[in-house]
Amino acid sequence: MSEIFLSMIVSKSFSGVKVLDDVEFNIRRGEIHSLCGENGSGKSTLVKIISGVYQPDSGARIEIDGASVRHLSSIESIHHGIQVIYQDLALFPTLSVAENIAIGQILARGKSLVRKETMRALATRAVNHIGVKLPLDEPVGGLSMADQQLVAICRAFMSDVNLLIMDEPTTALTRKEVNALLNVIKDLQRNGTASLFISHKLDEIFDIAERVTILRDGCKIGTYNPSELDTKRLSFLMTGKNLVYEAVSPVVKKDVPLLQVDGLSKRGNFRDIEFSLERGEVLGITGLLGSGRTELALALFGLNPADTGSIRIEGQKIVIDSVGTAMKSGISYVPENRLLQGLVLRQSVGKNFLLTVHRRLTGRFGLRDSRRQRAEAEKWIHDFEVKTPSIDSVIETLSGGNQQRVVLAKWIATNPKILILDSPTVGIDIAAKSSIYATIHHLASRGMGIILISDEVNELMHTCNRILVMQRGHIKAEFSGDGLTVQDVSSAIVEDNGGDCR
Amino acid sequence: MGSQKLKIRSSLVWSGGTAILFGILVLVLLLMWGLNPTRFLKISNIQSMAFQLPELGLLSFAMMVAMISGGTNLSIISTANLSGIVAALIMQAAQKSGTLAPGIITAYAILAAIAASAIIGLLNGFLIAYIEVPPMLATLGTMIFLNGISVSLTRGYVISGFPEDFLFIGNGLVLGIPMPIILFAAAAALIALLFDYTPYGFELYMLGTNPVATRYAGVNNRKILMKTYLLSGVLCGLAAIIMISRFNSAKSDYGASYLLVTMLAAVLGGVSVYGGSGKVSGIVLSLIILQLLSSGLNLLRANAFFTRVVWGVVLILVMIINRISSYIKDRG
Repeated sequence: MSEIFLSMIVSKSFSGVKVLDDVEFNIRRGEIHSLCGENGSGKSTLVKIISGVYQPDSGARIEIDGASVRHLSSIESIHHGIQVIYQDLALFPTLSVAENIAIGQILARGKSLVRKETMRALATRAVNHIGVKLPLDEPVGGLSMADQQLVAICRAFMSDVNLLIMDEPTTALTRKEVNALLNVIKDLQRNGTASLFISHKLDEIFDIAERVTILRDGCKIGTYNPSELDTKRLSFLMTGKNLVYEAVSPVVKKDVPLLQVDGLSKRGNFRDIEFSLERGEVLGITGLLGSGRTELALALFGLNPADTGSIRIEGQKIVIDSVGTAMKSGISYVPENRLLQGLVLRQSVGKNFLLTVHRRLTGRFGLRDSRRQRAEAEKWIHDFEVKTPSIDSVIETLSGGNQQRVVLAKWIATNPKILILDSPTVGIDIAAKSSIYATIHHLASRGMGIILISDEVNELMHTCNRILVMQRGHIKAEFSGDGLTVQDVSSAIVEDNGGDCR
Repeated sequence: MGSQKLKIRSSLVWSGGTAILFGILVLVLLLMWGLNPTRFLKISNIQSMAFQLPELGLLSFAMMVAMISGGTNLSIISTANLSGIVAALIMQAAQKSGTLAPGIITAYAILAAIAASAIIGLLNGFLIAYIEVPPMLATLGTMIFLNGISVSLTRGYVISGFPEDFLFIGNGLVLGIPMPIILFAAAAALIALLFDYTPYGFELYMLGTNPVATRYAGVNNRKILMKTYLLSGVLCGLAAIIMISRFNSAKSDYGASYLLVTMLAAVLGGVSVYGGSGKVSGIVLSLIILQLLSSGLNLLRANAFFTRVVWGVVLILVMIINRISSYIKDRG
């Protein structure tokens, strides 16, 4: 048995565009390997070739256990002990944990009748093998993201696994849950299972990986020992440039703030919210999921109108009861869920951009002025450096970062006074993040007031003038100034003073 | 970079569906002509096709607009029948009193049919946009409700005998062109204008694709849905006018078999069952194909059920061709 489990040299093109260019890649038995790269660097394509979903271009060489493999299909890949856990986990939310874990094995046996006991026994064995505790009879939909992840891992381990591939397994997990997951991966390693994981969060890579392979624009940059890398160098290798936070510019306080919120309450959502926002200020809002931060943002945007309290813009009291009134008052909102709320995925880049502004771009008799609309879309897509073959491309085909730029463009084109960004950098790569921070600073310098909602304290500290921490529906703390540390803010987020403020 | 290449490719894909339909149309035309060389392309046969197509055509448009919004309208046939019955009852009453000129009676009848269908359309729109009943259930409800009203108004009997002026709408010729096809062409042009050149049309397609994202973008979803079901209803009213005029009678169960055929025409014409896509030109091509097939087979004295077999086969074939062509495209 050779030390190398899998080695390959592959290229892959889609419609004449090379997404993998002669990438040489190997995985040793029982190692923990990390695959890094920006969105669009070819990571997912490489994984899909290993799992047999895509066929590489002709001329590829793939060896598994020292034997050359001519053709790798999904089934063959599984027979070689390769299992992939994709980002969306592909679980059945209404079925129980036991059923989810056992289903693959049951299907593989090809029997037409299923006994509950057999299923439970199979699941118990898998759970014990991994060494985790899971409520076997609960429906999966009710579990936390971390437990769902473990269910997916247990399912993968129903058969012998030589290589476990995880696509961004930690995106939805808290730090504590990530640590638990990493421990599971280390345990598996002791049993001889190699792991390949793809991640955007850099610190995890250093905690666990033995080797790191970096891809950029479909080319392999190299394979490194984590000891050779630090966060800065890794992000440089991935992007070819350094992530820079621009300095936050100070805000000049005026007599009348741009936005003044007083005593804003909504039953079951938030209570007695009071804050102000100046022109040119970037205000951060953070808090755990369910702290009321998104509900508050939706209240300002008219999708979740408040019950009581007042909202003043430039001193003028307004009632925001629909998205229409919010937009008229100069408020824009980049939503939390880009794919569902931010984009019309099956339509083109240009149409997605035009959705907020097309009514301003009409010609005679109020009819659409296609030429003018096209020109406007072309201009904004170009100005926002959206990488797309054309504005007629379906937006679904773009990377997360480019999709987010289109969402930003469509809102900034409405020329708002206040821009609310809800978790705008989730699931996008370093270069795209940098460009979003730069955009935020540029807009603030032009006098726009910006509210940035985020989980990442680091991001808030480098981007915002002030940070509000929300908990159980009210504003618990406010931070600003130079002496601030990540620790201060993080502990305020999780520290619970008890008592339900709703 | 291959961006130029991609651009050309995407424009080919865009026109792909229409090109396939046009190819099938030509094929069917040649086939039917070959089978009936003497009769198929005679003026009288072409005219008779132009009389038949508009009823189904307008009802298919009514189905299409609802489908583009991401919904469906199961009440199109019952809307048409009730609108027709309302118009018929008004004409009957007016003729009995005998004081009004036939031209005036005709105008009243047209207005009555359009008004009835508009009210029904607004009712569907209200249920779907404001009460948020899923379109299939809302229109299933109104379908049964309207049908019940129609039967009780007529007790299931035929109402017949309309003024000459009114009969002209369904049976008259203008410069040799049948009146129904003129109305149909006008409706097609108007819908194409609405869809391609108005802000409403743009928002309709976006809403049909993802209503959540349009709501978050400040689109007034409710207003768009109200307008859409209003339009769907009025198209049924227009179909009703042509239908009762052609038959010189109204009844509660005319065109009962049309409901699923309108879906066939819409899907064949490229309307997605998931909403958000479909063009007027596609529906027009698919209607012509269906009409050529049924008239051609009729001349061959094939029975009406065989026509349905052929329609079904054509739909399945087009779905297979579409699937294969998108598969080839994905393989690059």
